[in-house]
Amino acid sequence: MRSVRKSTPYLIFIALCGVCLGMLLWLHPALSARHHQDVLEVKRRLVLELRLTDLCLFTEARYTRHLSQADLHSAFQDHPLALEHFPSGSMVRPPVSLWMRQ
Amino acid sequence: MKWIERQRAFMDYTLSSLWRRKSKNASLILVYTLVVFVISSVIFFAGAFKKEAEAVLADAPEMIVQRMVGGRHDLIPTGYVAKVKGIRGVQSVTARLWGYYYHPASGSNYTIMVPENFPHADHAVELGHGVLRTWGTVQGNQIYFRTHDGETLVLSVVKVFEAATDLVTADLILMSEPVFRKISGVAEGFATDLAVRIRNEQERRTIAEKITQAMPDARPILREEILRTYASLFDWRSGYMLVLLSGAVLAFFIFAWDKATGLSAEERTEIGILKGVGWDTADILMIKFWEGIGISLTSFVLGVLASYAHVFFASATLFEHALKGWAVLYPAFTLRPVVDAFQLAVLFFLTVAPYTLVTVLPIWKVSTMDPDIVMRQG
Repeated sequence: MRSVRKSTPYLIFIALCGVCLGMLLWLHPALSARHHQDVLEVKRRLVLELRLTDLCLFTEARYTRHLSQADLHSAFQDHPLALEHFPSGSMVRPPVSLWMRQ
Repeated sequence: MKWIERQRAFMDYTLSSLWRRKSKNASLILVYTLVVFVISSVIFFAGAFKKEAEAVLADAPEMIVQRMVGGRHDLIPTGYVAKVKGIRGVQSVTARLWGYYYHPASGSNYTIMVPENFPHADHAVELGHGVLRTWGTVQGNQIYFRTHDGETLVLSVVKVFEAATDLVTADLILMSEPVFRKISGVAEGFATDLAVRIRNEQERRTIAEKITQAMPDARPILREEILRTYASLFDWRSGYMLVLLSGAVLAFFIFAWDKATGLSAEERTEIGILKGVGWDTADILMIKFWEGIGISLTSFVLGVLASYAHVFFASATLFEHALKGWAVLYPAFTLRPVVDAFQLAVLFFLTVAPYTLVTVLPIWKVSTMDPDIVMRQG
């Protein structure tokens, strides 16, 4: 009986991974687009009706909850050289309106 | 066909050689996959989040006007509404009433807000899904608040926002104006800020200038600034991403450098034997090329597949603890799958190409030597 070449299962494995990757990168976004669009419409309507300005991502401090509305010295709330003590402050930049002026 | 058969023969040999050192190569692939996984998870998350924020906040107010006192955001007198409305080009001005409410039982901060049209009775509230999840003391549909002067207020939950809208509503509590003023202590005649609608988008900067001239204590924030803030939120240059990526990239370079400089005695002997039995330098380089491709391509594909599943199916669970910080309430959200083909291509060339090169280079030096010397050194 002829034994299987080592490269055959490897090539099949890589081809299968490639197909999965292709399906995830191109097919999955297309198939889930309708669902995501519906949810997006609901969120956009809420933003419009309630006049919301920020995403609810970091709720630990007021200047991380409403990033775009933060005071001029945020994220270093008390004065420009104050040490930041909230973990999310190390992940985000100050509001763009502040550092773009410099 | 002959060329393909020849390459497959090289691959057969390379895979047998890798299989002989399977535990070493398996750990190599594991580490490599983890590096690709972390970097591509960050790229996928940042890209998808940026798109989501842009789409969700596209209808945010064109301008928000705050009042600054002592360098801080302060309550704005509602008399400012008429002043802003009087500026040519302004379509409408709404005084927004919103603030924060700290609930000691859950240890969490919530956003309390008065919508323009609140269709329920005064004792009713609408809640975000996250509020219900974390509040802790909801009894039936009754929810207890403490007013600014210490009184207890019992309100009825009449509506809970869908969990799918958590990204904008997770900590939101909507209530009537009298109840808001009672809880927050914001006096009549004051609002938190003003939301301004502008007739012509092109005039927004001129209107902002006119507002600051008419009311020097006012601070206008344009929608484009809000969008830019979120576009740069998880930017490559932002602190956390930089730390995360530099760690991963550094680990990868150390790993690749070790591979490039550390050719084992066993590998040297193998090259010497192959040269001795008649393989030429090009053949040896070719098997090492396939070895580099085999390891890096496998790691790349597995890393990208895992990161896609992590970000778009598991809602980036591993990032949750970092993003959550000290907050009790973290929204549950699913990001719309968006993958930038260019970024993926860059990631491919930054991971697969350098590793393949560093595998081939040290072998090239050894394979050009006399087989007898190579075997003796090995």
